[in-house]
Amino acid sequence: MNRFAELLDRLAYEPARNNKLRLIADYLRTTPDPERGWALAALTGALSFKYAKAGMIRALIAERTDETLFALSYDYVGDLSETVALMWPTPSSDISNFSFWSASEASEPGIQQPSLTSALDSGSGPSGRPGMTNETINAPSLSEIVEKLSTLGKAQLSAQLARWLDALDETGRWALLKLVTGGLRVGVSARLAKTAAASLGGKDPNEIEILWPGLAPPYERLFAWLEGRADKPTPQAGANFSPAMLAHALEEADLGALNPHDFAAEWKWDGIRVQAVAARREDGHIQTRLYSRTGEDISKSFPDLLETLRLPGALDGELLILRDGRLQTFNVLQQRLNRKTVNAKLLEEFPAHLRAYDLIAEDKEDLRALPFADRRKRLEQFVQRLRTPRVDLSPLVPFETWPQLVAARADPAHAGVGDDAAAVEGLMLKRRDAAYVPGRPKGLWWKWKRDPMVIDAVLMYAQRGHGKRSSYYSDYTFGVWTKAQNGDVLVPVGKAYFGFTDEELVQLDRFVRRNTIERFGPVREVEHSADKGLILEVAFEGLQRSTRHKSGIAMRFPRISRLRWDKPPREADRLETLEKMLAMGERRGAPTPLKPC
Amino acid sequence: MRPEDILISTPSGICSKAGGFHIDPTRPVDRALITHGHSDHARAGHGAVLATQETLDIIRLRYGENFAGAVQAVRYGETVSFGDINVTFHPAGHVLGSAQICVERDGLRVVASGDYKDMRDPTCAPFELVPCDVFITEATFGLPVFRHGDPQHEIRRLLHSVALFPDRAHLVGAYSLGKAQRVIALLREAGYDKTIYLHGALEKITRYYEQRGIELGPLALVRGANKSELAGTITICPPSATQDLWTRRFPDPLACFASGWMRVRARARQGGIELPLVISDHADWPGLTNTVRATGASEVWVTHGQEDALVHWCKTQGFKARPLDIVGYGDEEETSEAEGE
Repeated sequence: MNRFAELLDRLAYEPARNNKLRLIADYLRTTPDPERGWALAALTGALSFKYAKAGMIRALIAERTDETLFALSYDYVGDLSETVALMWPTPSSDISNFSFWSASEASEPGIQQPSLTSALDSGSGPSGRPGMTNETINAPSLSEIVEKLSTLGKAQLSAQLARWLDALDETGRWALLKLVTGGLRVGVSARLAKTAAASLGGKDPNEIEILWPGLAPPYERLFAWLEGRADKPTPQAGANFSPAMLAHALEEADLGALNPHDFAAEWKWDGIRVQAVAARREDGHIQTRLYSRTGEDISKSFPDLLETLRLPGALDGELLILRDGRLQTFNVLQQRLNRKTVNAKLLEEFPAHLRAYDLIAEDKEDLRALPFADRRKRLEQFVQRLRTPRVDLSPLVPFETWPQLVAARADPAHAGVGDDAAAVEGLMLKRRDAAYVPGRPKGLWWKWKRDPMVIDAVLMYAQRGHGKRSSYYSDYTFGVWTKAQNGDVLVPVGKAYFGFTDEELVQLDRFVRRNTIERFGPVREVEHSADKGLILEVAFEGLQRSTRHKSGIAMRFPRISRLRWDKPPREADRLETLEKMLAMGERRGAPTPLKPC
Repeated sequence: MRPEDILISTPSGICSKAGGFHIDPTRPVDRALITHGHSDHARAGHGAVLATQETLDIIRLRYGENFAGAVQAVRYGETVSFGDINVTFHPAGHVLGSAQICVERDGLRVVASGDYKDMRDPTCAPFELVPCDVFITEATFGLPVFRHGDPQHEIRRLLHSVALFPDRAHLVGAYSLGKAQRVIALLREAGYDKTIYLHGALEKITRYYEQRGIELGPLALVRGANKSELAGTITICPPSATQDLWTRRFPDPLACFASGWMRVRARARQGGIELPLVISDHADWPGLTNTVRATGASEVWVTHGQEDALVHWCKTQGFKARPLDIVGYGDEEETSEAEGE
């Protein structure tokens, strides 16, 4: 457990994806089965323990520490698990390190040195206090913890937890408490952990995604295959994921090189890309699964959609919320995402809908080698036979020439989508003769997003970045003008840390350092008055109401699109402009963006 | 005779009226007894300074020849008298030259610990227990959450990271007096024999440690190295330097910080640290409480740090205890000494 704890500890501080991958891969490579398998299960969220709650942990520490000292410590540390992990009394912590004390040569005669040495010097390590080792002999393994937790009743848990806490070091205790209370929060997604595992055998992480439903912790067969000691596990028969086909981004200028007759166009919907798979099992029952674009199984969150998939096949499409016949924006969909369980109220208020645009398999027939045009026909028939209001067809956008398509993209509402324009993110172009190729093949599918919304905001605060950017002020908080009692003031409306070039980063960093008016730890407040300061042109994908922001508004996907050295801050936008944008259908309803960039 | 007849606390430091001196005063005084060379304890501008030879040398390195009107060096164990007040300096185990100051009058003893640690340190004399009636203790890490653990464990974590990321440069933030040299010495004890790079701000003091016979192995200044040769190396620098312009000369720098504060995750995260190393030159909670007990003192005065918790603990253990309100002691170099701008 202490080794796994060290990994979690390190991951919690490491911001860069590639470095996280290296840390996880190193751990998986050097840790034996079954320990590493349970670690992979913990990182992919496959473990959950229901009984350990904050109250139990509070009670445990209350039995062992002075109330005042605990309160002062908790106040300082600010996190319950961490406070308990750090101040948990261990047998070693009460023994001092006096063994090497030499009696003072100059101590006056008559004053007795206390005879501490004899009592306390047994077992002293070379550099520390006796008994003070970070690798405690009795420390439980992660395997032992997982196995015990799955069999223990609630009544026995508290005492068992205490025994483990006694045996672990600070980091081990922290990790154990995070693990049992279900909040690892070390910035690792299931996908990232699987990608690290795949790297052990130089495999594509999608291969693991396909196998994943048929695997169970501690994944010994998976590791045996990755290390070349065994054949690849056979995927479980049933509703499996197929790696998705992805598109490249398109700019209007790219159209010249493309022939409009080679392509079909669809709306690009602003939901999440999913794969809805139904398979007939040997007993005749239909098994259904819903997967994210990367193959994560999200079935549990969408039972209302899954129960309507009565025909065996694999649909590729967009998951959206359809309420009273109208598609809702991504903001609305977010209310249903990332929930492990869903209640009746949520199902009723946020009904899930699948807008289908491809058919990957029908019953046992793999359709991926067929050209798009043929798959499209099969899809149309399939959706019709499915006959459920939960699944409909993503319509093709008719066009003969590129200018017609340019016009449709600029005004989806009048190009056939009507009131659903708020859920349109742009257009997709798909070659009519293209097979369904997993990954991101060149030249077959293009995504052509609508122009982002743009405002001019004033740089207010800057924060240092992480990793390679740790010496640069690279995270920028910006604001717009609003009326206050004593005239106009800037109110922060968002934060962005990309969109600029490396050269612009150097300029921004220099500007921040030269115009700092106050420092708060890693944050600097930058001059931002009507006449002095810097306007940032900020591009973003949408707005939503937010109670967490002082302005009452939060931006989706904001980035710095230009530095306006030419404009004084007084010419930046006002909060009223953003309010107006929000009112006009939370972005997409607006026939054209207010200010195209 | 009361302890207050020997020493009292004033806002600018502990003062002996009868002996006519201050201990670690935070403003210029006629006569100062200085426990160690960290800048919050050792300031320039006093009339006369009494300290260990190492502490005097270190102050001279920092402030120049004329840091005080007159200086006098004192050896560990040597007694110096001011009227009927006898003063002796004893090793504090904090940094090279650091001392506790024992002040005695008519058999009543008050020990001012300065900063101290009860953990082994290859770069300075070990802490010596001085039995006393009143113990004036620091409380930098005076909360039960602070247990520093084995520093070699932290060094192993650093070396494992260096092995795992051979293309990155590890920058270890360490206070320029004491911690920097201790980290180097610990790396050597762990068997690391490659060149260790130094920020320019650490050069003088590190060379001084070497002059005093502390072996630190091959060292080089970062200034003379090119970017590519710094991949896979360890550089020691002042803590603030790990986050600033200076780091741009390194390939993909990885910010580490060797400090007792790194035990608390929020502290590490606020500082933008990727590899926190819990290595401290101050006593941790068990160190403080064990030392208080072992001195045999019946009364404890608590200075700089988390006074509340330690005073509370002392009272629950039957000691007479109170905090001293002295302004101006802080963490060495908590404010940027070398921002590099």
